Amino acid sequence: MKLYPTIGLEIHAELLTQSKVFCTCSAQFGGEPNSRCCPVCSGLPGTLPVLNAKAVEYIIKAGYIMNCDISRFTKWDRKNYFYPDLPKAYQISQMPRPVCLGGYVDIESEGETKRMRINRIHLEEDAGKLVHQNRVSLADYNRCGIPLIEIVTEPDFHSAQDVTAFFEKIRLMLQYAGVCDGRLEQGSMRCDVNISLAEKGSDTLGTRTEVKNLNSLKAIQRAVEYEIYRQTELIENGERVIQETLHFNDATGETSSLRSKEDAHDYRYFPDPDIPPIIFTEEELEQIRADIPEMPQQRYDRYVGEYGISPTDASVIINNKAISDLFDNAVKAYNAPKPTASFITVELMRRINLGEANAEELPFAAKELARLIELAETGKISKDNRKVILREMLSSGKAPDDVAEELQLWIKEDNALIEKTVDEILAANPTPVEQYRSGQTKVFGFLMGQCNKALKGSASPAAIKQMLEKKLNS
Amino acid sequence: MELINASLKTLRTMLDNKEISARELAKEYYDRIKKYDPELESYITVTDEQALSDADEAQKRIDEKNAAPLTGIPLAIKDNICTDGIRTTCASRMLENFVPPYNATVIEKLKGQNYVLLGKTSMDEFAMGGSTQTAAFSKTKNPYDITRVPGGSSGGSACAVGAKLAPAALGSDTGGSIRQPASFCGVTGLKPTYGRVSRYGLIAFASSLDQIGPIANSAEDCGILLNAIAGADAHDATSSPAPVEDYTALIGQDIKGLKIALPAEFYSDSTDDEVKSTVLSAAKEYERLGAELVQCNMSSLKYAVAAYYLISGAEAASNLSRFDGIKYGLRGEGKSFDEMIRDSRSKGFGAEVKRRILLGNYALSSGYYDAYYRKALALKQLIIKEYNDIFDKADVILTPTAPTAAYKIGEQESDPVKMYLADICTVTVNIASLPAISLPCGYNADGMPIGMSLVGKRFGEAVLIQTADAYQRGFKYEPNKYTGA
Repeated sequence: MKLYPTIGLEIHAELLTQSKVFCTCSAQFGGEPNSRCCPVCSGLPGTLPVLNAKAVEYIIKAGYIMNCDISRFTKWDRKNYFYPDLPKAYQISQMPRPVCLGGYVDIESEGETKRMRINRIHLEEDAGKLVHQNRVSLADYNRCGIPLIEIVTEPDFHSAQDVTAFFEKIRLMLQYAGVCDGRLEQGSMRCDVNISLAEKGSDTLGTRTEVKNLNSLKAIQRAVEYEIYRQTELIENGERVIQETLHFNDATGETSSLRSKEDAHDYRYFPDPDIPPIIFTEEELEQIRADIPEMPQQRYDRYVGEYGISPTDASVIINNKAISDLFDNAVKAYNAPKPTASFITVELMRRINLGEANAEELPFAAKELARLIELAETGKISKDNRKVILREMLSSGKAPDDVAEELQLWIKEDNALIEKTVDEILAANPTPVEQYRSGQTKVFGFLMGQCNKALKGSASPAAIKQMLEKKLNS
Repeated sequence: MELINASLKTLRTMLDNKEISARELAKEYYDRIKKYDPELESYITVTDEQALSDADEAQKRIDEKNAAPLTGIPLAIKDNICTDGIRTTCASRMLENFVPPYNATVIEKLKGQNYVLLGKTSMDEFAMGGSTQTAAFSKTKNPYDITRVPGGSSGGSACAVGAKLAPAALGSDTGGSIRQPASFCGVTGLKPTYGRVSRYGLIAFASSLDQIGPIANSAEDCGILLNAIAGADAHDATSSPAPVEDYTALIGQDIKGLKIALPAEFYSDSTDDEVKSTVLSAAKEYERLGAELVQCNMSSLKYAVAAYYLISGAEAASNLSRFDGIKYGLRGEGKSFDEMIRDSRSKGFGAEVKRRILLGNYALSSGYYDAYYRKALALKQLIIKEYNDIFDKADVILTPTAPTAAYKIGEQESDPVKMYLADICTVTVNIASLPAISLPCGYNADGMPIGMSLVGKRFGEAVLIQTADAYQRGFKYEPNKYTGA
């Protein structure tokens, strides 16, 4: 019996609006507990929600980038349940008439392109946060009323890789659209995963479980893998999978039950009488669609097609919106896409991957990076010294010219110094010199490197090369 | 006695001509409240300190000859309309100590005119009821007979106006809660078109039906109050952008040729004979004034009460879920969150509120939604259509406001179905989002006032006020023991 997983996702993404979805409180992350709430979002009696038009614009953009149909008529419903982080005891959400219906996103997974279908995307409000201390629970309503979109997929996923590739792709798309900041560490995107197993080719699906609230790629992957393993074990041992909602424990890497099907809520959905339905005109929708910025795929095509950047470098750059923005702005300031791209993908990304810098919070502006590239391209500094200056820029935030000045990294073209250095290197390396002179010219590179190192970038490679050739051939 | 019988227009002239100061006027009403309200219990909270300082503020404006229509005019406000810093209880144990940190939009508007807040008036708990006897405290009496109910849910406001413990008041109407108590207490009450007045700050009962409106001594006074509180509000997405008119503008204009419809179903056997004949003689009076009576039918009326209780119950169940005792209101005890809110809600709500919550949750439950809630929404469409058909042939509709006059306290409370059926004359107006005004048209053998209702087209308040005023000019009011000599 070969068991085959079928997986569907519900992804919650917080929208990047300035204010909350039904009041004017700040929608920023964090803040002193309960400092960003008002009578409306804390649900005081008599208050009424008023829909934030920006949130509606953002969900429409999200719908368009995921190839959805945008409903011309949309409305809001109340989802009723008691929980202390939900001050009205109902969440304003959308049931029968969501803003976006249908749609798909193509992903690369397991070496092939797969089309994952979207069932719907709707707009709702986030709940508050509970903090449990000793035997007391404290409620923080700052997050209450932050606009959320819920992206519901079809059950088109069959592996952890499918899921993480999709999640990463839409995270990137939402970031590029300016709709969600995608900051997983701040809970900007959370994923619920529905998983069932059945024999491959079977037309009925197995009993599904739902793992709630996964908020990192790693957690998503581990939870999916664990759940597939756990259900496989159960079925192979002749036991039954119970339909239930699960929690994934990051520490143990295992899932545990939150509630079973029997405890499922009856949410008693009904149309929210406080929020009139919206009817969109074609003009309004067209205007919003026209306002969608360049998506990652378009940038990739531009980098490869217009700039001639390698597909690998282009992928690395577009896979991080902050980096891609940095690249675009740097190229705007100094038009040298290829060296800029390779410097970013090799040097800057190395620093970032080593944890020495954060792509979202670089201490310098794109035009300073552009200046650094320009200094090397115009022969003012050596290419090697770009690294040195970059590290200094990352640690101190200083401008590249200042760093070059301070560390004396300017190319001086001091012929006497070059000659002296070349002489010293040749004297110190008699064997390679012999080899060169007997026709093994490939040692030239080694001797170049030694001179370059000794001159610490104060001479241009061309000048060194000229001097070295002159001395070796004399 | 001259003062307490004065219209708002007369009070305005007296204040502007310095025949009386705003403080003296407020004090006059406080003296009366002190004297009579212990018996009538129309107020839950009396705000004398605050009111006298409000009055002094108003006086400054009057002295500067900068008075707005309601500057210095004392008003009573139903206790489900939020007042910043003044407790707002909904006559419920749940909110007995709730002090809102904000004003309802209507209060902001009145404050903008420097009105004087006399106090907060009693009501049925969370506006659920037609007798003001479901109030957890201040169970108001009828000023014409204190053994009878004042109607409800705005019974406190209607009684206060009827006993002249306020020159005018605000109430709220979800299924007749302004009109029916106005009719029981012999005063005039206007339920505006849904969306005409902002609901922001009105503690919600049924959001798609609730509307704030005036209760006063005359249609004209209602118009003056509506002028002050009407209009679109950025805080209420259901408020209408329709332009605000001067709702008193048509007063005094001839009603000759006005078509008044009498839907037969409102005059059936379930309506008390005395009520029926009194309303019909008022119809004759309209004919005498030049109006034309049109006979018509409203076959959906028999389903209206059921539809109303399903829609209002469903919305109420959801609206009242927020009362869990966590951030404000009565807080129960318990070892867990569930136990604690169960205890809060068990202790905080009275029997009628619990009944409506159960009814509403039942109607929305999975498996019952289609049978109840969805059907009620279909009936709503049918009722709207029937009203539209009638308005194709008529300008206003005339009905009794309630099937009976005020009944004895304790007479109906034990039979919820009978109590609910008594709403038959008023609920369709809320379901169809229409404006309606109730005004006294006679007194029964027990001396209790009988009210009739004029129902108008959407945003047709000015015509209703004109039509009601035309009748009131010739109407002879009977005093009660608080207003008589």
